[in-house]
Amino acid sequence: MRHTISIIVANQPGELSRIVGLFSARGFNIETITVGKTLEPEWSKATVVTLGDDRTVEQIIKQCSRLARVREVKAVTSLPHIEREMALIDVSVRSGDERQEVMSLVEIFRAKVVDISHDRMILELSGTMDKVDTFIEMLRPMTVNEVTRSGCVAINRLSRLMSDEVAVAAGA
Amino acid sequence: MLEAVSIAQNVANEVHVPTISVEPIRGAEILMRALVDNGVDTVFGLPGGAVLHIYDEMWRYREAVTHYLVRHEQGAVHAAEGYARATGKVGVALVTSGPGATNAVTGIADAYMDSIPLVVITGQVPTAVIGTDAFQEVDTFGITLPIVKHSYLVRNVEDLENAVNEAFYLASTGKPGPVVIDIPKDVTAQLCEYRESRTDFLSAQVDAPACDREMLGVALERILTAKKPVFYVGGGVVTSGASDALGKVVEALGVPVTPTLMGLGGFPTAHAQCLGMLGMHGTYTANMAVAESDLLVAIGVRFDDRVTGKLAEFAPNAEVVHIDIDASNIGKIRKPQYPVVADARVALEIMSEMLTSKGATNHRERLGDWWGEIREWQKAVPLSCEYSEFEIKPQQVIETLHEVTNGDAIIVSDVGQHQMWAAQFYPFKRNRQWINSGGLGTMGFGLPAAMGAQIAVPDRQVVAIVGDGGFQMTNQEIITAIQYKVPLKVLIMNNGYLGMVRQWQEMFYERAYSEVDLSISPDFVKLAEAYGAQGLRARTPGELKAVLQEGLDFDGVTIWDIVVSKEENVFPIVPVGGASRNMILK
Ligand SMILES: Cc1ncc(C[n+]2csc(CCOP(=O)(O)OP(=O)(O)O)c2C)c(N)n1
Repeated sequence: MRHTISIIVANQPGELSRIVGLFSARGFNIETITVGKTLEPEWSKATVVTLGDDRTVEQIIKQCSRLARVREVKAVTSLPHIEREMALIDVSVRSGDERQEVMSLVEIFRAKVVDISHDRMILELSGTMDKVDTFIEMLRPMTVNEVTRSGCVAINRLSRLMSDEVAVAAGA
Repeated sequence: MLEAVSIAQNVANEVHVPTISVEPIRGAEILMRALVDNGVDTVFGLPGGAVLHIYDEMWRYREAVTHYLVRHEQGAVHAAEGYARATGKVGVALVTSGPGATNAVTGIADAYMDSIPLVVITGQVPTAVIGTDAFQEVDTFGITLPIVKHSYLVRNVEDLENAVNEAFYLASTGKPGPVVIDIPKDVTAQLCEYRESRTDFLSAQVDAPACDREMLGVALERILTAKKPVFYVGGGVVTSGASDALGKVVEALGVPVTPTLMGLGGFPTAHAQCLGMLGMHGTYTANMAVAESDLLVAIGVRFDDRVTGKLAEFAPNAEVVHIDIDASNIGKIRKPQYPVVADARVALEIMSEMLTSKGATNHRERLGDWWGEIREWQKAVPLSCEYSEFEIKPQQVIETLHEVTNGDAIIVSDVGQHQMWAAQFYPFKRNRQWINSGGLGTMGFGLPAAMGAQIAVPDRQVVAIVGDGGFQMTNQEIITAIQYKVPLKVLIMNNGYLGMVRQWQEMFYERAYSEVDLSISPDFVKLAEAYGAQGLRARTPGELKAVLQEGLDFDGVTIWDIVVSKEENVFPIVPVGGASRNMILK
């Protein structure tokens, strides 16, 4: 099972390595990790996507909570939530057809073209990790030169009742 | 948690004389003042380039702080551990950068595994050259990251005072542990005002977990209906000082109690309700009782693999009440039906109140059948050993030591067979009477830790029990004891082998004794004498008692070379990964 955990940790040197070190020392796998400032600049939020059963996640949360400079640990995925990952993809387009093909995928996935040359394009996409995976998969028949993914960020929904579909309709 | 309260109270009672003119002082002095303000009067250490400024101040503070110059930094940290383990106070070690810090690592890891409150101060190269592979630079922060409760790399002298204050707070509160403060040399030379700010950071700290009374109440109801309850108690009982409360609760309940290796002393071994130690080398009765129990009340324990053996067969029919201050311990190995995150003492005191308000019931009668079963096991397989006319049996050494010390000595053990015999054959009466390296199992721990313990509690008799192997790992600290007139007593159980490994090779590797022979060893008596200590030897059962007595009577450092039978094994033993009910008894 994939879980997304958010950790509020003091924005101080070494604190992030403490968290990462804890994951490796306890044998927890990190799929993605992202870090950024919170509203209070002295606190950062790390979002970690990890694989494991419920018990593993419970252990991760408890272990992280023990750290002196960690203020809050939350399993975002245990409640309705929104998750997004961003990807920048450098793809070769050697013919008009290929360009057409890429543009139609861009349309379908609501991606963006952020740079272009006569035979290459850089695309930007944000969405769930699955959506990013699928987009890259669809581009594979073309020559994909490089992919840079941000790792996942996530936040819990305002209303616990709101379904994914409703949220998408609301433009989330 | 309790320490937290007492720190807060001390602070409240202290009259802070406002300093009128705050002269800036250098970092090294800030460190010394902050140590003194945190109640430190004893430091174990060894100087070097990166800590020269600190040692310069140490000299000026020599009235307030006694520094013990060890001969190896591992000895400093183990001595600080012994000091902390004997008293519950924070132990302090001070070492230089690079090799000083790496030599301290074993001790830090040892303290981490057994949740021992330490503050370890390490020198570091100047901030300007950090990261350049400067002379005697290692990434101490990085190396110690997975074995500390918390750590600091103090890059600005302004942060030093706070780091020290916080370090003492963190080391001693909640689940204790080692805290490392890495201080670059230039920081100890920079000037800054000393703010006397011991309380500033406290507001930023989260309170220790409040005990969930409701869950505890439910658990107690369950205990009252259990037919075969067992209390399984560990280091958390010792750390939190829960012995009295534990005694009250289990006496009121009439339940059997089994301490782990770390819990010994937390409940008197000789108590009628004590089944003896649990686990790999635990008693037959304790292991059988747990295997048969229908309710396991686990307090301040972590379901260590040396206790549980094969997990699926550890108390297979029991529900579990688990009380521990560390939420991450609960459910880590075994999911309890009744989880209670709380300090052991607080939880037991509440339980005791609850029991009092319920009024007396004769639980002993209710548990009559259970006790009947237990008494049968005790009769069938008591802890015992056969004495010999010609050679000294290691168990006999412990029993004789128990006799000549009136059962009162603080026993500090090293790691190996002798450790298990000491745990089995010296009945402990009180908390902190038994000191050993349980989690990390560090050979070389015993001698320096005993020195630290004897320094911490000069009025008590302290005896180190070590093997001929472990002794040779840290015996350099004998001279430290001589130098500071610490009446260190070290009993070497000399079996001419790395005994515990030899036992495993005998039992599980068809007697292929691979690299365990220590028959070529120094003459320990002469070695003792070379250090200026008393060296005594016993070879025959007849001379044992007199030799032990002679050493105890001597006012100074004594090293006993007690030559014991070479191939004695520790029984019972649960083979690694085996079910504890299938222990090997002979
Ligand atoms: C530093 C360290 N190295 C190796 C071990 C593995 N080990 C555990 S017990 C033991 C033998 C100890 O021999 P000795 O000190 O003579 O004590 P005995 O078992 O004979 O009582 C060894 C090598 C250890 N625990 N610690």
